[in-house]
Amino acid sequence: MKKLFVLFALMLLCGSSVAAFAEQVASAAAPVPNKGDTAWMLVATILVILMSLPGLALFYGGLVRVKNMLSVLAQVFAIFCLISILWVVYGYSLAFTAGGGMNDFIGGFSKAFLAGVGTDAVVETFSKGVVIPEMLFMVFQLTFAAITVALTVGGFAERIKFSALLVFAALWFTFSYLPMAHMVWFWGGPSAYADPSGFIFGKGALDFAGGTVVHINAAMGALMGAIVLGKRIGYGKEAMAPHSLTMTMIGASLLWVGWFGFNAGSNLEATGTAVLAMVNTVVATAAAAFSWMLAEWLLKGKPSMLGLASGAVAGLVAVTPACGFIGPMGAIVLGLLAGVVCFWGVTGLKKLLGIDDSLDVFGIHGVGGILGALGTGVLASPSLGGTGVYDYAAGKVAEYSIIGQVTSQAWGVGVTILWSGVVSFVLFKLIDRVMGLRVPEEAEREGLDTTSHGERAYSL
Amino acid sequence: MKMVVAIIKPFKLDEVREALSEIGVQGITVTEVKGFGRQKGHTELYRGAEYVVDFLPKIKLEAAIKADQLDLVLEAIEKSAGTGKIGDGKIFVSELEQVIRIRTGESGADAL
Repeated sequence: MKKLFVLFALMLLCGSSVAAFAEQVASAAAPVPNKGDTAWMLVATILVILMSLPGLALFYGGLVRVKNMLSVLAQVFAIFCLISILWVVYGYSLAFTAGGGMNDFIGGFSKAFLAGVGTDAVVETFSKGVVIPEMLFMVFQLTFAAITVALTVGGFAERIKFSALLVFAALWFTFSYLPMAHMVWFWGGPSAYADPSGFIFGKGALDFAGGTVVHINAAMGALMGAIVLGKRIGYGKEAMAPHSLTMTMIGASLLWVGWFGFNAGSNLEATGTAVLAMVNTVVATAAAAFSWMLAEWLLKGKPSMLGLASGAVAGLVAVTPACGFIGPMGAIVLGLLAGVVCFWGVTGLKKLLGIDDSLDVFGIHGVGGILGALGTGVLASPSLGGTGVYDYAAGKVAEYSIIGQVTSQAWGVGVTILWSGVVSFVLFKLIDRVMGLRVPEEAEREGLDTTSHGERAYSL
Repeated sequence: MKMVVAIIKPFKLDEVREALSEIGVQGITVTEVKGFGRQKGHTELYRGAEYVVDFLPKIKLEAAIKADQLDLVLEAIEKSAGTGKIGDGKIFVSELEQVIRIRTGESGADAL
């Protein structure tokens, strides 16, 4: 009996230690989010929401005439709400899952309605074995989708029909934003780097926070809209000066502050690269604001507040794809260039194109995005202070070829311009056919606030 | 009775108002207006769009006065509103047919 008891006790001991060992193995195999990373990403998400509400809304709003102020605010606000819902229902899934045969261009529906994306689900960051909650990655990306669609309204401000805009927003989100996000950002993660990825990612294009996905994409949407809708009544003849550059400055400031979430948050974890992105987001922006201001001062006679604000946004756009890959000195160079080139974008180029891109979405986001995307290929080079490109297979930073990388970047830029341009144009033509895009002339003359929304921005 | 309408530079309003008060003109009406004569406008620049703004902000001052006060009033306004530079403004004088004080029903010179 005693022998049996001892045997039994021994078995229990062995059993429990085996169980404990198994548990240890299990927890070593299942990474758990770091609270610091999670806290940072929560904050980053909130900062990007601030960029839309009210950052972009006020930035754009101040630039239009008094009679259309509310229409801009309403459009941005409504788009944010609409895209938030569509993102969680099917957007996240189509952007960030594997799409079988179509995986080059789009994902699948495996995570529609956030199936499988519970509070315990995790996704990898850019460091092997480091994870954040998947729901957090999802909601962070939601804010990107929302602001990208909202950005487009600048191209057709003061004349688009609210209902047509909402229809466009839903369709453009689906057929332009989702494929772009998938093509540029979808991959298997550091632990599955060889898994099929999006087409542009596969070409080796670097886009840290969305120079292509967000800025060039939105710019093409805005441009196509401006083309299909046509010019505002009285464009070129009547005064269409901004009604409140005070609001625009407030908006631009909120955009800059929020952009730290946009850029540094795109690192997905709170490491040195996030800090690098933040530093680049300060200096590139400052440099661009200054170079735009100087260009304007020299060429037009006076340095304007609008020039400072616009230059800052141009710098922010240009540094967006580059922020985690280039050094601060490179960021300054990029910013100085962005200020001047985008200044040309809203003056010389705008005159050349002859399109009423009302709030200069293409001039700043398009031109700035292209400059930033291509500039990333140059400035990411370790020889120029950049980080180079990490080779997950080899486990170290790869040999850097500027020409090679710029070619990869050009793939990203080219595909974005083509895809977004075609999709946007087709959608606008379609919607115009079905329901009409513009408000009637009298409504445009009186102003969208009263005619579309039944309210006045200010009772003076 | 006369109706005196003066277009003056906005920052001169306080001076003109005091000068008129001193000679016994008790009530005036003031409106913010825009206009130009020989004074040049300026250019405003918003990104790529240049706007030439001809209209300059002015103050329009209206005073109903007794006919025998006219010379005093004109002198007071000219002295207080003038700077010697282009854009000082103009004074228009017209014949005033009738004046009524709404509260009491008084009319004519009694209502001034």
